[in-house]
Amino acid sequence: MSRLKPLVCVLSGNGINADRELARAFGYVGADARHEHVQDVFRNPALLDRYSILAFPGGFSYGDHLGSGQVLAALFAHGSESAIERFVESGKLVLGVCNGFQVLTKLGALPNLGGGRHRQASLVHNSGGTFVDAWVTIKTNDSNPSPWLTGLGEFDVPIRHGEGRFVAPELIDRIVGENHVAFTYTGGNPNGSERNIAGITDPTGRILGMMPHPEAFLYRENHPRWSRETLARENALEIFRNAVNYSGVI
Amino acid sequence: MRIEAVYKPGVTDGRATRIANELSLDLGIPVEVAYYDVYFVLRDGFTAKHAESIFLDPVVQNIRIDAVPSTSKCDVWVEVAYRPGVTDTVALTAHEAITVMLDDTTETSVSTARGYAVTFADAIDDSEDLTPISDRIVAYLHNPLIESAVAITRNAWNAGRRPPSSAATVVPTEIPDVVTYDLAQADDLELERLSRTRLLALTLPEMRAIRDHIAGAAEKRRSVGVPTGITDVELELIAQTWSEHCKHKIFQARFEYTVDGETRVVDGLFRTYIRQTTEQLASTRDDLLSVFHDNSGVVAFDDETVVCMKVETHNSPSALDPYGGAITGIVGVNRDILGTGIGARPILNTNVLCFGYPDTKDVPEGLLPPRRVMAGVHRGIVDGGNQSGIPVVGGAFLFDDSFVGKPLVFCGTGGVLPRIVNGKPSWETTIEPGDVAVMLGGRIGKDGIHGATFSSLGLDEDSPTSAVQIGDPIIQRKMTDLLLEARDRGLYRALTDNGAGGLSSSLGEMAERAGGIRIELDGCPLKYPGLAAWEILVSESQERMSLAVPPERLGEFLALAAKRRVEASRVGEFTDSGVIDVFHRGSCVAHLPLEFVHGGVPTLEIPAVWVPPHERLSAPLSADAAVVIVGSGAHGSESVPEAAPAAEQYRETVLAILSEPNVASKEDLIRQYDHEVQAGSVVKPFCGPAADGPTDGAVYRPKYDSRKGITITHGICPRYSRYDTYRMAACAVDEAYRAHIALGGDPDAAYALDNFCWPDPVLSAETPDGEYKAAQLIRACEALYDYCTSYRLPLISGKDSMKNDARMGGKKVSVLPTLLITLIGTIPDIARAVTSDFKRPGDVVYLAGLTRAELGGSVLEQLIARTRERVNLGEAPLPRVDETRPVYRALFDAVKSGLIASMHDVSDGGLAACVAESALAGRVGAEIQLDDVPRAVAPDRAANCSELLFSESAGRILVTASPADATEFQKSVAGLPVQRIGRVTDESKIRFLAGGVSICSVALEAVENAWNALRNGGIEG
Repeated sequence: MSRLKPLVCVLSGNGINADRELARAFGYVGADARHEHVQDVFRNPALLDRYSILAFPGGFSYGDHLGSGQVLAALFAHGSESAIERFVESGKLVLGVCNGFQVLTKLGALPNLGGGRHRQASLVHNSGGTFVDAWVTIKTNDSNPSPWLTGLGEFDVPIRHGEGRFVAPELIDRIVGENHVAFTYTGGNPNGSERNIAGITDPTGRILGMMPHPEAFLYRENHPRWSRETLARENALEIFRNAVNYSGVI
Repeated sequence: MRIEAVYKPGVTDGRATRIANELSLDLGIPVEVAYYDVYFVLRDGFTAKHAESIFLDPVVQNIRIDAVPSTSKCDVWVEVAYRPGVTDTVALTAHEAITVMLDDTTETSVSTARGYAVTFADAIDDSEDLTPISDRIVAYLHNPLIESAVAITRNAWNAGRRPPSSAATVVPTEIPDVVTYDLAQADDLELERLSRTRLLALTLPEMRAIRDHIAGAAEKRRSVGVPTGITDVELELIAQTWSEHCKHKIFQARFEYTVDGETRVVDGLFRTYIRQTTEQLASTRDDLLSVFHDNSGVVAFDDETVVCMKVETHNSPSALDPYGGAITGIVGVNRDILGTGIGARPILNTNVLCFGYPDTKDVPEGLLPPRRVMAGVHRGIVDGGNQSGIPVVGGAFLFDDSFVGKPLVFCGTGGVLPRIVNGKPSWETTIEPGDVAVMLGGRIGKDGIHGATFSSLGLDEDSPTSAVQIGDPIIQRKMTDLLLEARDRGLYRALTDNGAGGLSSSLGEMAERAGGIRIELDGCPLKYPGLAAWEILVSESQERMSLAVPPERLGEFLALAAKRRVEASRVGEFTDSGVIDVFHRGSCVAHLPLEFVHGGVPTLEIPAVWVPPHERLSAPLSADAAVVIVGSGAHGSESVPEAAPAAEQYRETVLAILSEPNVASKEDLIRQYDHEVQAGSVVKPFCGPAADGPTDGAVYRPKYDSRKGITITHGICPRYSRYDTYRMAACAVDEAYRAHIALGGDPDAAYALDNFCWPDPVLSAETPDGEYKAAQLIRACEALYDYCTSYRLPLISGKDSMKNDARMGGKKVSVLPTLLITLIGTIPDIARAVTSDFKRPGDVVYLAGLTRAELGGSVLEQLIARTRERVNLGEAPLPRVDETRPVYRALFDAVKSGLIASMHDVSDGGLAACVAESALAGRVGAEIQLDDVPRAVAPDRAANCSELLFSESAGRILVTASPADATEFQKSVAGLPVQRIGRVTDESKIRFLAGGVSICSVALEAVENAWNALRNGGIEG
């Protein structure tokens, strides 16, 4: 097996705004990350085929004016869904951070229990009713075998969202019981998410969605306490390294 | 089709909960609220299924189509919609979604409303008249200037009243003809009347200059076929260009300045003080790449990158519509960065905000209460900043009741550019005759007409509501992405933003560089038909840039814009005619020589007379008396205590200062601003283990592959203006520079931006004290020059807003003369940045800089002044550069050697507040020996604890070093006014001692409660 430099597609445009740092995070761990404008994807969904990893960054796609991720998800569902389906079914990885998680959830790609991509969960207004920027500690669900999550343990990351409260009125027990939870908030739930959920995977483990922003912890000085503490982790790049390692050997 | 989406019963809607809490607070009775998103869609073949796929989140929401809400469970139904013509960003997005998903060709109209089903928690009798309370609910939930509201009480509902089934729309009207004024014979009275009725904000000498120009150009005008009288298009174009907002006539004016009985002439404040500062400093350095003439100041960062920064104010719009005003302020200053050089990428935002106190009751009729203003501005920053994907890295909230009339809303943006773009220095652009003028972005409507002239007038009952605009950060984001893509492909030659004055300003400025322009208004895309020619030219509709595109790249540029779904239109052509020609519907409607438009404005003459503090202020109260008054809660009484303060009074005073809104934590608000996006944040708004201690500014890493950082700090001290604006401005410069030093910044690599917000300083019947206000302005400029040259701070960009007065209900409110200094500096290595939290028990505490009895304008004074008129505590602080400069340099050297654990700038509230903040931030205690505080007092005066604790002397920084570094640190500051004053402890209290006795001890828990006073009391309206 030779190790290749995996190609990562980082979506951009139309209100996506955390694409530069997400591309940089993948770049730091040896991937070749490129931006693709969502308008170009809508026009030619097949352009995704050459990539090994597809990333939906954070931001405010279409302003979240009709609900977080709502419009971008509807437009993907409208013309590009089969390309994403093909992407996932060929064993490739998909990541959604913050707005990207909201898009994947509204697309039905997450949690997608039982297949068929119906909407089964949502990310709604924080219980406090306001946008929150804060660093939180999240804990990885060790029983979730997703390739994204290998050896991540507990780590600090920032959240920045107004609609991050994970709800799945009918399926929450299954999501937890079948170990589709990827991350939970520890030491305080910042948005009222059910079961403190900060991120989930689909049943294949290849699609990961999370509200916190690992791409905003690129180096030690991003951490809010770098000037006073020895940090257990000096970045949150491990999650991207996992994806690159997985993609490099398939 | 009327579509409503609402959360399903049993699913908590955080938004509705927040609104219910706010409304309950405002009404004084508990209410519950269900929140409905309402959409009106008009489109053939649009089905319920379409509506569901676009508008519904089926997991948590129910949707109702063409039905009306049931009020069986609600007491009052309120429905709020934007007035026709006001930008509705949600509707624009819905329109985009529908047309992309279905097709672009079918006519589609979308508008929106917000529905609130309000239920009183306590049962209300059916017979009770709900109208009065429903009026209050409606007043709370909408701004009548831009929104209309319908309220239906339960009884009215039962009587058959229903919300609208379709939305109000703009009715297209006839296009008004161009109006021509024959001014040749107009006398002064007529000229003044024309200026007033057309809201031109032009003075009589200016109107005369216009009349004389047009009279002299009659022959030429006849030959080109433009009416010999002046057209409304020309009049409006000149009024925008010559507005105080665009032309800065006061800063160009000739002042006759009388001080100490002697009169001298100051010929242009900008020329004499501001440009002079930079020119003097520029001679010895090569880092100032583009200053004063572009949309922002550009300076070198490293070999590959340059940075730029701009700060704007958006005071007048924020007074009328706080939400729209703030959002437009942010996206507007973002566009200044985008329009710098060949186009810079915005990397950070700042917001400095001045409001009346949130609890102020005395608000003149016709003005919004400060709490509402603040809540609206805050929401605007949340939406404007967060949606743009640009981090809010720093800022400040200030409170004083002089800001009740007009709030001050300073919005700043920093950006980066590669040094070289397509082979050329990125900050230099040219425009060639023959280049195509292209307008990019949003469409033109009647929103934002007369913004430039309106902000050049005071606020009164006649202020035009059309001056209000609402920005759409998403349209702008799309435009930003497109522009950076087009920039790197070399598809345009130059660009500028459309801000105040709209196309008349942007194309007018660009025409000056090219040598002329022919503007074709028929090429401008409109939101709706019916705009007069002059309206198209001066409208300030948002999210628009003007570009010069070489004709051979036009096709490629337009194709890229179409691909990115950003509207781009050809609106004219640059020429070398020396003239601005405007065409509309086949006729020439304006023909004005550039020379007259840009150089024809007569110079203002302004008298200025300085009145020194001792002639204006009453005899000062002593610091001891002030502490006794504040510490014993005796604000209301007029008596002057004579006893020395007791320990308890000191403690209470410390707590009162910490809970004063200017000092207290604004964390609840600031946490709603994204300060992490783009992953460059190094020193954030808060620090310490609980991330709740205030930092002195921001350290930001603009490039992932360089460890060099940027600092962003502010200095703003309007309270000191009451004593002397020279000191106010001097302290603003020192505070910004000091904070830069406290963050670990390089003292030789910092650049300043000046933003003046003044009350009208021109003597007139409405401003009888104009001479004094003008003198205040001159003195502030003198200080700006003195301190910037001493600290070697080039002024790279600035702005002034000179009419911050409101006249409402027979009452005039003028802002305190305010100068904001924004400083952008560099720090060689981000890993050496310093934060303000005390780090470890045992660390040694030092105070750098001398303390004097300078309590004039202090927070301590403010605490009393809010209840007792005419109280003052003496002199305001005055920085002494011969003392401060060597200290700042020594501290930077100590930072580079890694000797410093923490630094915190001593400012509002003095030493006591500073120690309390750093201790709370670090969750540690502190013990401070006041006897050791380095001070400058008259030899015959003993040190006074009240002064040492609460004086706000400038130039001071609280420093800690670990015991291991203490000796080395002490050596590094030998001979300077830096002394060891105490230590960090593991006790949960801060203690101040004098003569070996504890004179003030405050538990950390009490500090925390006081510091969070706004939080617990709720500042969000």
